[in-house]
Amino acid sequence: MKQIGIDVGSTTIKCAVLDEAGELVYSSYERHRACIAPMMAAILRTIAEKYPGEKVRLAVSGSAGMGIANDLGLPFIQEVYATRLAVLKKMPETDTVIELGGEDAKILFLGKSLEVRMNGTCAGGTGAFIDQMAELMNVSPEELEALAEQSEKLYTIASRCGVFAKSDIQPLLNQGAQKKDIAASIFYAVVNQTVAGLAQGRAISGNLLYLGGPLTFFPYLRAAFDDTLKTKGACPEHSLFFVSMGAALSPNAAEIDPAELAGTVANFQSKTAFAGCRPLFENEAEYAAFADRHKADSRGIAEIAAPNGEMFLGIDAGSTTVKAVLCDRAGNLFYPMYLPNSGNPVPLIRNYLTELYAKFPNVKIAGSAVTGYGEAMIQSAFGVGCGVVETIAHYTAAAHFCPQVDFILDIGGQDIKCFRIRNGAIDSIFLNEACSSGCGSFLQTFAGVLGFTPQEFAKQALFAKSPVDLGSRCTVFMNSSVKQAQKDGATVADISAGLSVSVVKNALYKVIRCADPTRLGDHIVVQGGTFLNDAVLRAFEQEIGKEVLRPSVAGLMGAYGAALYAMEHDKGETRLIDAEGLKAFAHKVSALTCNGCQNHCRLTVNQFSNGRRYIAGNRCEKPVQTEKNRAHFNLYEYKCELLSAYRKNEIRHPGAKTVGLPMVLNFYELLPFWWTLFDALGYNVVVSGQSNHALYVKGQQTIPSDTACYPAKLAHGHFEDLLEKNPDLLFYPCMSYNVEEGYGANHYNCPVVAYYPTVIGANVAIPERMTYIDGFLSLADRRVFAKHFVRVMGEKGVSVPLTDAKKAAQAAYAAYDRYMEAVRQKGGEYLQTAKEKGMPVIVLAGRPYHIDPEINHGIDRLICDLGAVVVTEDAVAHKVQPFQTTVLNQWTYHARLYAAARYVADANDPGLNLVQLVSFGCGVDAVTTDEVRAILECRGKLYTQIKIDEITNLGAVKIRLRSLFAVAGNK
Amino acid sequence: MTKKNCKLPAEHGFPNPPFTKEMKATHTILAPDIFPIHMLLISEIFRMYGYKFQVLHDSGKPVIQKGLEQLHNDMCYPAICTSGQQLYALTSGQYDPHKVALIQFQTGGGCRASNYIWMLRKALHNMGMDYVPVLSLSFSKMEKSSGFRISKLMMMKGIVAVMYGDMLMLLKNQVKPYEAHAGDTEKTVERWVAELAAQFRKNRGLFGKAFRKNMRDIAADFHAIERKKVKKTKVGIVGEIYVKYSPLGNNGLEAFLEAQNCEFMVPGVLGFFQFMFDNQKTDRKLYGGSIRGAFIAKAGSALMRKVEKIFIETLRQYPDFVVPTPFSHICELGDRIIGRGVKMGEGWLLPAEIAELLEKGYENIICAQPFGCLPNHIVAKGTIRTLRNLYPNANICPVDYDAGASKVNQENRIKLMLALAEETEAGRADDQSNPRRAAT
Repeated sequence: MKQIGIDVGSTTIKCAVLDEAGELVYSSYERHRACIAPMMAAILRTIAEKYPGEKVRLAVSGSAGMGIANDLGLPFIQEVYATRLAVLKKMPETDTVIELGGEDAKILFLGKSLEVRMNGTCAGGTGAFIDQMAELMNVSPEELEALAEQSEKLYTIASRCGVFAKSDIQPLLNQGAQKKDIAASIFYAVVNQTVAGLAQGRAISGNLLYLGGPLTFFPYLRAAFDDTLKTKGACPEHSLFFVSMGAALSPNAAEIDPAELAGTVANFQSKTAFAGCRPLFENEAEYAAFADRHKADSRGIAEIAAPNGEMFLGIDAGSTTVKAVLCDRAGNLFYPMYLPNSGNPVPLIRNYLTELYAKFPNVKIAGSAVTGYGEAMIQSAFGVGCGVVETIAHYTAAAHFCPQVDFILDIGGQDIKCFRIRNGAIDSIFLNEACSSGCGSFLQTFAGVLGFTPQEFAKQALFAKSPVDLGSRCTVFMNSSVKQAQKDGATVADISAGLSVSVVKNALYKVIRCADPTRLGDHIVVQGGTFLNDAVLRAFEQEIGKEVLRPSVAGLMGAYGAALYAMEHDKGETRLIDAEGLKAFAHKVSALTCNGCQNHCRLTVNQFSNGRRYIAGNRCEKPVQTEKNRAHFNLYEYKCELLSAYRKNEIRHPGAKTVGLPMVLNFYELLPFWWTLFDALGYNVVVSGQSNHALYVKGQQTIPSDTACYPAKLAHGHFEDLLEKNPDLLFYPCMSYNVEEGYGANHYNCPVVAYYPTVIGANVAIPERMTYIDGFLSLADRRVFAKHFVRVMGEKGVSVPLTDAKKAAQAAYAAYDRYMEAVRQKGGEYLQTAKEKGMPVIVLAGRPYHIDPEINHGIDRLICDLGAVVVTEDAVAHKVQPFQTTVLNQWTYHARLYAAARYVADANDPGLNLVQLVSFGCGVDAVTTDEVRAILECRGKLYTQIKIDEITNLGAVKIRLRSLFAVAGNK
Repeated sequence: MTKKNCKLPAEHGFPNPPFTKEMKATHTILAPDIFPIHMLLISEIFRMYGYKFQVLHDSGKPVIQKGLEQLHNDMCYPAICTSGQQLYALTSGQYDPHKVALIQFQTGGGCRASNYIWMLRKALHNMGMDYVPVLSLSFSKMEKSSGFRISKLMMMKGIVAVMYGDMLMLLKNQVKPYEAHAGDTEKTVERWVAELAAQFRKNRGLFGKAFRKNMRDIAADFHAIERKKVKKTKVGIVGEIYVKYSPLGNNGLEAFLEAQNCEFMVPGVLGFFQFMFDNQKTDRKLYGGSIRGAFIAKAGSALMRKVEKIFIETLRQYPDFVVPTPFSHICELGDRIIGRGVKMGEGWLLPAEIAELLEKGYENIICAQPFGCLPNHIVAKGTIRTLRNLYPNANICPVDYDAGASKVNQENRIKLMLALAEETEAGRADDQSNPRRAAT
């Protein structure tokens, strides 16, 4: 009897027919576009035709196959298990299997102790991710592969999640990085994601097998895996069909008649129902009234028919689109352009201007301004009059349509921006953090997946009977929810409407964090390309229970605002490129590495024919600095400098034992203590090296929990580095408690800082000859520390005489006090300097380890480059009396945050502001961010939060900071 | 854009009304449904002391949605679920908001859970319901309210109630998968909850002989339920204290496992209490610190050791029931895996319970945790490697729960674990039927 396995994956359906000997005699592979039952019926019919009258044994597998198998009463084989069955049968000598699918990634360790890993709730770095990235770069997946083959260098792209990677790639594209290099980097990101996310401390070695679509279709991806794992894997024949073959081979397969089953499947109706919400419009009339109302939103602003005379040019070089528009002094519009970015905005603007000059010779451009991610590059390329921060550009435009506007929500391709306006000034800003889910590109992606254009997809939504309730979460989660809804019988219309609602909910509840949507404001302007989608607009009005205003140029508001801005601010100091200049215009891109500091930024140099240069990719101003070398007052740098005195790794006690200290988490504050303690005890001290991405990659194989914060995950790299230094002892104590500074109700460390030493001990292979000391210690009680230190050392067989320990502890506490005092002292000096020089001050509030440049990505220097003084939270916290917080104030580091916020709030100094650094995945910050915000806002201060991860989009950070300065300056 | 932002108060903060003595008579205390069986018994103890105490059973999407609306969405899932349940009830129209108070457990540990009550207060403030008192239920008296005092005797009674809950849960889980007549087990649970509640109301059944007798009778009753001899896959469930027990938190995990032909074992709540007392002793040993705290902990531990002994002795009478492991042995198991000082969240207890289950033959372990749970980076995923080295047969499956995580995904992962379990089982059967293979 033939054995049949049907593998219903997230995007494709695969079928394998095995003969009596277990050989593959027929197979098929197709995209199912969520029409699972009809596709399955078709496959069964084909089989019935091929083998007429034969009964077969059949089983279903695959992530999207469980529901249908359940409902039809067919045997279901879990897909990883199926893979394993097939591999054991076909390639029994295999040790490890890496299988990538549409939305899932798996590693199977066969060998002696079987282990199976699947990606969890986070599904970055899979086939869907590669497709998405190809789409972003405007190439087919095959072209992406071809591009990657020619690459010369690699960029670091966040590998955690497709959405993150997207926000890394976009700036690279905008900065003019080579497509081929980005293509290669995308494949390497997939590799890193798989290795870091799934290996979880177990080495990938032995005979390696590559399975699944992406690894079959992209040889470059296989090469990238080979390169990273330093091995050579094989991609076997039928690599797409291992899951379906495994299902076919399963002993649980059931005997069926294909023709009969085809009939049942074709008539299949899902049993479960999906959760729906109310329809967007009850009927056509309701929609017509809605459409009319919004037509009136842009009364008084017309599109110019016959252009003449002075006009102002506004350009918005955004993340996914490039927009440009002209306006006259009355604000009437002319010649709008709205094009996908396609990775390089420069030729688009060149064509726009060339056409404009050719078609309308009597238009005189009296002023110009540019905004958006590509602001600086476009300014250099074309001699645009001024640059303007996106937030200001948008407000300028919105105010033109509605002078009383008090709330603006802009949902673009990749960003969500919200501002509250009070007294004609931007009062608070909300931007989506490092995550671009729920934006326009999100809807676009789903439209594409379901086989529609975005316009058709949006239209479908309007009269959906029962929009699917999808919640408000990241794209990857959404994929699974959509899949489930489809399984449960939701129509494309219901899904499209449901996604529109989820975009709105994401903005309201995740980005704005609004508790009561009816209180957003009284005059709300919504804009951004996404709001041109009537379904989204309607969903928004329904959710907040209010009518809002959507300008006709909702998608062009940035450019329009820039044009209006130019009208007021372009003083005509630079001359916009003219027709002659455009003819000769040339743009050359080259790449180089900056050696200005240990960051070694990969720079992209854009050379324009007007002799100007634009350099991108730099984390600080060093490579682009002109002669005037501004003095920096940066307490982050000062702290690093103080600590560097303890990082010299000298042999101070020849012949004595060496202790290794990892430069991670709380060691960024306690290094002076531990160094002095061990030095005083006569040990030589070696400290792990500077953090950088290479160091991180070195340790990523041993990270057991990929969703922990980046500062914690870096610890694995530091330990690999320490092991190379070959010390006799490794010292990294567990510390439930932190130092006690008396601000709060307790003085805990967060669980990760407190116990990461146990994760290291359990997952990093520490050689037997080294003693790893990870016992529990607290510095809080100075009287008993020495006694407990002796105990902790003794537990690992290292004896330390108590008298020595006491003496050493005394020195250690003194060193710690000196360090903290120096920070406070210097902080005070900087604040004084700022006052004298009239410089703005930013309290860049984080935790001690945020001073690591690999963790903060140079945000401190960026702030200095913008002309401000940077101080730390621990340099001002002590100036505040203890006070009652509205959270349980129980962590020492976070107590400093609240105190620092209080200091800024109480200072009554418009030049003094706080920016909070938040590590992605830091659960504690779900508590602290709202509290810090509340402390600041009760005194009318702006709250700015920057989320940082393995990678940070510095472009977005810059926008945030510039907005902050622009607003603070206006206040 | 919270209300707070819209209308700036002069000072940062909001009123935080106390629970007065008078409120004891007028206000109903609403508690989230944390441990399904136990909470019903605990509420009886509160009633015994004159409180109006109501355990909420609201569930489903609207409850979660309420939580998401009012709490920071990066807050851990148990906070979203428990607060969501309370806020949902508060706005459902079933209660007069001026006549209720909310209660949350507070361990005072270093993880975010100690902040739940503050998150709840913030949410109430944003909803314009500042006047609703929020109570903290903890062993360490973190917050005091004049009308809400838990005496030592009351706490002891509470511990006994939890003990009964553990007994009922443990037996239910062992009998239900095999019951010959569907519904017998649930009926027995219901009958005993009602019976115990009736006894509690007369202040009986809590100590001494009555307690022993009840425990014996419960065991006998469950043992008397007619059972079939069927093969079930044995699954152990550990994890974060809320999501491992609550169907709202774990998407109906137990029902799913029942449908997959499994018998599951979830270690009791008592172990967690013992763990908390043990932490106080450990803290004193590791860092010095309050003698008083350590003394109370010692007294608490002693009481629990006593009830635990009765528990174990009772069940020893029935060789076909799995007897709980004494806490002292759980400590030993934990010490082989992770330091006893790891105390935040479920701390060292979590891997120790995995080891306990493995020892008892529950080789397939689901570790249920909220997505992004900080302690679980350390004590769950962080210890799996150590556990696998110690117990090569362990088939451990961590599952993340979150408002956004899809049920399909979670169930798919569990199915993988079950497929491997089935194969191991089949392999064993083969070995038995083929003595030559078993020998090699």
